[in-house]
Amino acid sequence: MSGGVDSSVAAALLVQQGYEVIGMMLRLWSEAGMEAGNRCCTPDSMALARRVAARLGIPFYAVDAQGVFYDRVVNYFMDGYEEGITPNPCLVCNRNIRWDFLFERAKSLGADYLATGHYARIDKEEGKKFQLLRAIDSKKDQSYVLHVLNQDLLTQTLFPLGLYTKTEVRQMASKFDLPVAERSDSQDLCFLGDESYRDFLRRNAPQVVSPGPILTRDGNQLGEHQGLAFYTIGQRKGIGVSSPIPLYVVHKDRNSNALIVGPSEHLGTKELIAASINWIAGEAPREEIMADVKIRYKSRDERSTVTPLDNQRARVTFDRLIRDITPGQAAVFYDRDRCLGGGIIQ
Amino acid sequence: MILLTDKSKIYLDYAATTPVDPRVLEAMLPYFSDSFGNSSSVHSYGQDAENALESARESVAALLNCHPNEVIFTSCGSESDNLAIRGAAFAARNTRQANKILISPVEHHAVTNTAQQLAKLHNFNIEFLPVDEYGLVDPADVKERLRQDTAIVSIIYANNEIGTINNISAIGALCQERNVPFHTDAVQAAAYLSADTKALNVDLLSIGAHKFYGPKGIGALYIKDGTPIYPMMTGGAQEFGLRPGTHNIPYIVGLAKALEYAVEEREHRVGHILPMRDHLIGMVLEYIQGSYLTGHPILRMPNHASFVFEGVDGNALLLMLDVEGFACSSGSACKTGDPEPSGVLLAAGMPKDLATGSLRVTLGTKTTAEQIERFLDILPKVTKRVRQYSS
Repeated sequence: MSGGVDSSVAAALLVQQGYEVIGMMLRLWSEAGMEAGNRCCTPDSMALARRVAARLGIPFYAVDAQGVFYDRVVNYFMDGYEEGITPNPCLVCNRNIRWDFLFERAKSLGADYLATGHYARIDKEEGKKFQLLRAIDSKKDQSYVLHVLNQDLLTQTLFPLGLYTKTEVRQMASKFDLPVAERSDSQDLCFLGDESYRDFLRRNAPQVVSPGPILTRDGNQLGEHQGLAFYTIGQRKGIGVSSPIPLYVVHKDRNSNALIVGPSEHLGTKELIAASINWIAGEAPREEIMADVKIRYKSRDERSTVTPLDNQRARVTFDRLIRDITPGQAAVFYDRDRCLGGGIIQ
Repeated sequence: MILLTDKSKIYLDYAATTPVDPRVLEAMLPYFSDSFGNSSSVHSYGQDAENALESARESVAALLNCHPNEVIFTSCGSESDNLAIRGAAFAARNTRQANKILISPVEHHAVTNTAQQLAKLHNFNIEFLPVDEYGLVDPADVKERLRQDTAIVSIIYANNEIGTINNISAIGALCQERNVPFHTDAVQAAAYLSADTKALNVDLLSIGAHKFYGPKGIGALYIKDGTPIYPMMTGGAQEFGLRPGTHNIPYIVGLAKALEYAVEEREHRVGHILPMRDHLIGMVLEYIQGSYLTGHPILRMPNHASFVFEGVDGNALLLMLDVEGFACSSGSACKTGDPEPSGVLLAAGMPKDLATGSLRVTLGTKTTAEQIERFLDILPKVTKRVRQYSS
């Protein structure tokens, strides 16, 4: 529980459905001196979650996950930038913190299921495997960040909100008379507080902040960049070179620590390789499949052909040129509403 | 709502707080509505309230073996600690330029944080006494550190976390010799130990009613006649000018009544609790591997058992116990999921990783042998489970 409307209503629905519910909140890591700054567990949100639990008549526990969060998530984040990718630590948090550390804690208290306020659905066809489905409210659908779940976890997971729209959830919050606050749907990383990730990296991983040349494809130097970690493919603003035509980040060359820029025509590719794939069904399809692919949490579906290379890797070939394919983010595959799985863009 | 009578729940956290004795509640009730007067008023309603107030004060004074005008009613034990330390420190500075606060490293936060604020904002100097592995202060260490400019000495009577009982009487005698005001936080101790202020040689002594089956929100401070002290809150002339605010008559009556029963029934209560407590300690140490008693084995509160367990996250242990229906406590536990190893255990020389695996089990008048058996049945299983998840 986070004190927000979603997890609060999720808990209320479960109580209404007759489940014996225990509220749990993760105490996540923040930088020293900014302990109250983690957006996921501010003192206010914890107090609110406690009030919600009391209103629902369920126990509430805050669980210390600071150490494991730092080891698994924050390190992954910093290592990712060191490797030149744009990591998505929320995926790692879901898999390693929520559906591992927290779930184990919950099970130790006797829990059978882990329920969250995510917008997604789980379905089981008779005699078949569990399916992860997009939420009814397509604007709120969070299946992208849940593609890391496997069959074992899906059998033990509940998403009470998947059938509702955000509007309906808000209405239920007021119907249940829950003291929830409306939080901004910020996509910033929780442990950054109000800061930019650049300042965070400067302080915590100065080794990734190494200036180098800004080059065109032809090798003309246009200026100096402040560290490859600070730029993403497709970025236009804030490159810091003047040019008669708009310039975009088209490539990050780790070997020469060079930031390659060019006009928009230089951007875009029709293909990517995804690795560390989790196939929801537990195994890769035997042959290539047509799928809708999302390359970012908020990006649109792209028609593609997904060709499994082995159980964990696949080639994704898009029907059109894609300009902002970002190594480190996930490519998540869908068959209409059904999430098939996904992997990390190489 | 969770009730103490709920059969599926067992309360073993009486050092945190106790339920109000029904006899105490009954004594309090008339003063909420029938006899509701302000004790400062001239009329008969006021006189009625004043009578209740002064009767309570006389009763408390008798139990503390002091004069009624040496008893100040406050809102809680923490306020008593604050008034004692702040009031005496500022008075000592003004009357004799004394600047030093001498305390143990195992004081309640109401003492430690008060001393620390005085140091930070008002340039007092804090000196921490050493303690031994049981959290015990050696009177000789106090003697060695008493100076002309010692403003106040404050040593906890019985420790809330590990139950260790200090030799207050000996320390008090040393302070008296040097004419240094001596305060003791007797908030835990008053439930089971003698609070005879003469025998204890104290100048200031704090108590809070809810630790001995009285209501929350009421405390008292003994101030020996002649001890230099300033009020820390200003207002009316109540409480000899040391603590303003309209008297909370029902709660003051409740405190007096609860203390009366605590003293009257002490032997009976200890006789009920001590064998169960000793059985509990013995069984835990015998049947749970890697378990250690914290605090003094003999000089400890009769209702108090405290342990550390190797390889156990104390917070996780508390959650599991709660889900199993047992309410306990831990020095390092924290409701916000940000546990720090207990400062008390660290001061007693406990290694940091052990200090995070602490558990406090405190018994009360409602505790039964059957409850302790149920607890002893579950604790080994739960510690085993926590160890699996901690590793």
